[in-house]
Amino acid sequence: MTTTSPMLDVLEGFIQELRTAGLPVSLTENLDAMEAVQHIPMEDREAFKYALAATLVKSHSHWKAFETVFEVYFSLRRPAPGESLDELDEGDGNVRFDESGSAAGGAMDSLSPEELAEMLYRALLNADEATMQALARQAVTRFAGMEPGRPVGGTYYLYRTLRNLDLDGVLERLMDTSREQAGGELTSLEERLETDEYQDRIAKLRQEIEAEIRRRLVADRGPEAMARTLRKPLPEDVDFMHASRDEMAMLRRTIQPLARKLAVRLARKRRHGRKGPLDFRNTMRHSLSYGGVPAEPKFRYPRPAKPEIMVVADISGSVAAFARFTLMFVYAISSQFSKVRAFVFIDGIDEVTRFFEGTEDVNQAVHRVNTEADVIWVDGHSDYGHAFQVFWEKFASEVGPKTSVILLGDARNNYHSSQAWIVKELRQRARHVYWLNPEPRSYWDTGDSIVSEYGVHCDGVFECRNLRQLERFVEQLG
Amino acid sequence: MTATNAEARFESVPAVRQGLADVKYLADEGIAGVVYLADRLQKPVLVEGPAGTGKTELAKSVAQLTGSRLIRLQCYEGLDESKALYEWNYKKQLLRIQVERNDEDNATWTEIEEDIFAEPFLLTRPLLEAIRATDPVVLLIDEVDRVEVETEALLLEVLSDYQVSIPELGTVRATQVPLVFLTSNNTRELSEALKRRCLYLHLDYPDLEREKEIILARVPDITDSLADQIARVVRSIRQLELKKAPSVSETLDWARTLLLLGAKEIDEAQATETLHILLKYQSDIEKAAKELSAAAS
Repeated sequence: MTTTSPMLDVLEGFIQELRTAGLPVSLTENLDAMEAVQHIPMEDREAFKYALAATLVKSHSHWKAFETVFEVYFSLRRPAPGESLDELDEGDGNVRFDESGSAAGGAMDSLSPEELAEMLYRALLNADEATMQALARQAVTRFAGMEPGRPVGGTYYLYRTLRNLDLDGVLERLMDTSREQAGGELTSLEERLETDEYQDRIAKLRQEIEAEIRRRLVADRGPEAMARTLRKPLPEDVDFMHASRDEMAMLRRTIQPLARKLAVRLARKRRHGRKGPLDFRNTMRHSLSYGGVPAEPKFRYPRPAKPEIMVVADISGSVAAFARFTLMFVYAISSQFSKVRAFVFIDGIDEVTRFFEGTEDVNQAVHRVNTEADVIWVDGHSDYGHAFQVFWEKFASEVGPKTSVILLGDARNNYHSSQAWIVKELRQRARHVYWLNPEPRSYWDTGDSIVSEYGVHCDGVFECRNLRQLERFVEQLG
Repeated sequence: MTATNAEARFESVPAVRQGLADVKYLADEGIAGVVYLADRLQKPVLVEGPAGTGKTELAKSVAQLTGSRLIRLQCYEGLDESKALYEWNYKKQLLRIQVERNDEDNATWTEIEEDIFAEPFLLTRPLLEAIRATDPVVLLIDEVDRVEVETEALLLEVLSDYQVSIPELGTVRATQVPLVFLTSNNTRELSEALKRRCLYLHLDYPDLEREKEIILARVPDITDSLADQIARVVRSIRQLELKKAPSVSETLDWARTLLLLGAKEIDEAQATETLHILLKYQSDIEKAAKELSAAAS
């Protein structure tokens, strides 16, 4: 047994942190991890990481959260090239911040900024990983200006370091070199491939810098505190209204697989779970082949119609992201509905179904909704009352008993009149009327929000702040 | 559960990696690590990932590497225990009863029952076959996400205890623990119970280096520079937001096509013309063609 008790302690803290981050780690999995690490030496860091991942993380969307926590808990235990393990464990925060970090870094201390930039450029050009690592350490020492105990997040240091390195400029220069080497102009394909290659190398450098900053922060603050600051919601829990740009991109990527899963589930639901009364005539007809014995009872299965969906979405600034996601999601599973129509409004309302028809690219369509839809009537501040009124006048006749109407918005009406009677009337005509609100429930009916005024006339009002809630809602719709 | 070293199939993680490379499956650190652990912990591996990243191939390669027989259970909707576990050969049983009746009249019901619910009348299906095998086997349960949640329960006994209970015969225990791989295309969330029993491996698209090596290993006669270029173009395409990114198997198809066309290197025209091998949606093809010919700034 190679396991020692400090190891188990670390592992315990690690798993505790995973649970706090929202990963469902069961007791069995915990035990499996404990057993797994006995077979994989910790020195083989990559294998060690994958061993833990294989036993603890059972969903790919949780991988990123796992990786972050892993880096925090086990980063100190990785000897960087040129450093021994003991040195790292002994060195306390203060010492680590001041010394430049490594043997290679020592030689770099005396370099001028120009020489350093030149070195960076050469390392990136030749994909020299060892130098890149050393440079990352040097860059953090020089530019990040890290001070022990300072309550600043890692992103701040990262920003300071990157600003000084001017990676965009380096990329330009690398591309120029490529062009020179090719003797003049590159074809557009070559140009693209070269850019991708250098961007990839720069991304690696960036990761290296991030890791270095994290290592130093962990040394300063300890893994528990560090893990707490880095804790991020899992993709399915990211709040639509406050998602950062990276999170948005990540959400967009998760939508497609999620929609596919949901479509499969809905189709299955429609096929199974059918119970019907005995179909007497059909049974008798089939009994003829058994000499009149009704051996094979036949049933009259209900054939549930696919619902027809009308999405009416507020796309004013505050809730635009949410509306976008819901539209994407609904269209991604549009095969499960007999018809999907989309309307967007701010104070005017416009039908946008045409953007989605005849294109397979939902992102493109959503982009067109944002740029081309005619939704401004007076001043471009949300006016639910007016928007609903126009909807009622123009499209009410098309709302039938098969239609489910989904209203999206925070119902912040800027103190205009609510016209809630329209929702009431809609409900009379439609199969269902639902309201999805991207705001937390505790904010409802505060300030100019009048969600309850509409809500009383709906079949349901749902808080819909993240993918998990959105998915749950769409599932019960199908 | 105790891992007995006597049964260990692999020495170390690098040994697994090398072994897989010898049978032309280029594993990365993660894949090799999980396969090694699966053997040591005697646990099944649940392999998930986009289509065409080599999930099934992994099981095949491990079988080849360990010199085991590959037993494959292809899952589909409506799979039940008579197709997955075992079935009584009911026609043979009927015949047997008739023979008995003609022979002599004094056979009691218990005798007949004991007689017809016995080994010769049992039809083994993949799961039972894997459990009863005396030679080394690798069990592949392919596309497990296609069965219904209720059917998943069928697998649980096999996966956690390596045994199958047959009411008439008793419990059949595995004489040796087979390596088990389950693959899933992620069309639905698998149940917690199943996931808990497995090691989890996510196979993603390989990085540039590995993809190039895969092309070199799998497409004979291809030049190093062409393989490199192919891998680069594919990486570029995967960065676009597409409905379906090109998989490894599609990359290989593309490489073979280019080789057949006698291409020494890829230029724009050729890339655009053969895009339909890499991508399967018209909108994707159009998008990629546009991106590849538009200069990246």
